[in-house]
Amino acid sequence: MKGLFNYRELILASILLVGIAAIGAYQPAFLRWGNISDMLTETSVLFMMALAQMVVILTRGIDLSVAANLALSGMLAALVSQYYPEIPLVLMILTGVVCGLILGLFNGLLIAFLGIPPIVMTLGTLAIFRGLIIIIAGGDQVNASEMGAAFQAFPKQIFLGLASPVWIAIAVSLLFWIFLNYTRAGRGLYAVGGNPVAARYCGIDQRRQELLAYVISGAVAGLCGYLWVARYGVAYSEIASGYELTVIAACVIGGVSIGGGVGSVAGTLLGALFLGIVMTALPVLQISPFWQMAISGAVILAAVVINARAERRPDKLILPEARRLRRV
Amino acid sequence: MKTTRRTLLKLAGGTVFVAAAPAILTRPARAADKRIAMIVKNLGNSYFDACANGAKEAAKELGGIEIIYTASAKPTAEEQIAVIDAQIAQKVDGIIVSANDADALVPVGKKAMERGIKVISFDSAIAPAGRIVHLSASSTPLIGAKQVQMIAKTLGGKGEVAILSAASTMTNQNSWIEAMKEEWKKPEYKDMPLVATVYGDDQDDKSYREMQGLVKAHPNLKGVISPTTIGIRSGAKAIVDGGLTGKVFITGLGLPSEMKDYVLAGACDSFAIWNPVEYGYSSTMIMADILSGKDTAEGAKLSMGKKGETTVGKDGEAVMGEPFEFNKTNVEEFAKIF
Repeated sequence: MKGLFNYRELILASILLVGIAAIGAYQPAFLRWGNISDMLTETSVLFMMALAQMVVILTRGIDLSVAANLALSGMLAALVSQYYPEIPLVLMILTGVVCGLILGLFNGLLIAFLGIPPIVMTLGTLAIFRGLIIIIAGGDQVNASEMGAAFQAFPKQIFLGLASPVWIAIAVSLLFWIFLNYTRAGRGLYAVGGNPVAARYCGIDQRRQELLAYVISGAVAGLCGYLWVARYGVAYSEIASGYELTVIAACVIGGVSIGGGVGSVAGTLLGALFLGIVMTALPVLQISPFWQMAISGAVILAAVVINARAERRPDKLILPEARRLRRV
Repeated sequence: MKTTRRTLLKLAGGTVFVAAAPAILTRPARAADKRIAMIVKNLGNSYFDACANGAKEAAKELGGIEIIYTASAKPTAEEQIAVIDAQIAQKVDGIIVSANDADALVPVGKKAMERGIKVISFDSAIAPAGRIVHLSASSTPLIGAKQVQMIAKTLGGKGEVAILSAASTMTNQNSWIEAMKEEWKKPEYKDMPLVATVYGDDQDDKSYREMQGLVKAHPNLKGVISPTTIGIRSGAKAIVDGGLTGKVFITGLGLPSEMKDYVLAGACDSFAIWNPVEYGYSSTMIMADILSGKDTAEGAKLSMGKKGETTVGKDGEAVMGEPFEFNKTNVEEFAKIF
């Protein structure tokens, strides 16, 4: 466990537990398994999107186009389902993933090899992707009745008490954890963000690492695009609008440093869970909508302040071994 | 009705009734015919194609009227002015417009009226100086009352009801909610309390979560009114997904094409929105009345044919009636239109 959770994450986890207990005391319905299961299902997309965003932020980048990518990939998957309902579901999901991956590749190539600042590049592609949705769908939307039955049924399927998106999120999280901790490419992401000069001297190709980060981000957005569209039963140009900011907020709450090089799978998942609880608890608590936004914002700020105080490191570290050495 | 409008515009590209437009255009005009141009926001919009079908129906009923249904390709004021100019040059007798810009169309509307052409607007108004009458599909009190009546009918007047609105800042929805509360004061709703008003911000995911939250916070909730097309479809989906069909019912303002599945599944008993066929029909009937020389001063009555009469109000504004109700019997038919 020691390697899985660090000090900051333990603080965040305890805040979460106290928060859940407090909400549960006020509104017992919140603690019922049905609600917890709903909450995890609602948050599953955020879990995956936040992990993918973390990978980008680790390299000192940012991907503002993720929500637009999600919407475009979701639309493409929905259109495939509408016009070719006979093809297997797995191919429809793959359509979303491949579409997202190609869009991410486009971002990555221009950022890594043309040196366009990530914030500018992805701000541009955000608008391009949203525009493309209108073009490929001819300005129309795909409604629930036009999507295939299997297409929509999958996110509702329950295995062992949890809906399929939650299981996908668990699998994706595990993959991210292994990738970021035990693979050369994964450690390389920390290296290029933590100390680009040192990484270069170690023979790590920064451009390849950046490209990899945006491709991962795109592919995950594509997968989430399918899940989103199938879950809410509608695809049009405005779905998930502004969602990129929720994703980035989840990363920041989870302790990912916007300066790059710092962030963990467990922390990011906790950050996403935090926002997921806020998003699902406020409706259950029936808090006035006029307060909801202010409360969400205050909670984010509070979490970040606590994080910043807990995480006072003089420098950034590449290897987990070095971090352990420091603690001794 | 910003959200409704926006959603309807997205329906551009419908193909069902596009074929109808040339058919209307090529119908030979008799010498005695009055020619009425119906100029809508843009072409290829199935909502307006349905309006034009209504206009055609009215023309058939009245006889001696030819409908010229036209628009620009893009919904901009500039292109629409060019289309109106072309119709003025054709010396049509009347022009019915859904305006792309209330003020920008005033000069061209005045120009038409100076040449003896009667100009009215429907759906989206031209400012009062540029037209004689504007026909609104419905009015705030009627829209509010209709939604409360629908849920009362579904629930038999008994059970807790909540409102799932768009954003808390949206003036249309807020004024409709005020109108609902006005209707709610009537004694027949005393067993049907309003327990909560929540806001889904016209986003499918937030509306969905708000709906889930409502059900959990109010275990005795029986009905939900959602005066927004996005809220009602997401709320209905949450009911179906959550296995609440038959326990909780949703109603409100929705589009038949989006609500069809949920109505058939039983999550929604009935919902309402203006019927575009009736809207085109009533507009044409009013135009025919005006062409026959009827008075259009404040307080004057104009005929809408089968739809009854409407009274011209301040600034030449008239109201067609309460929103049209959709349910199991007609939703599939209208889902093909919009």
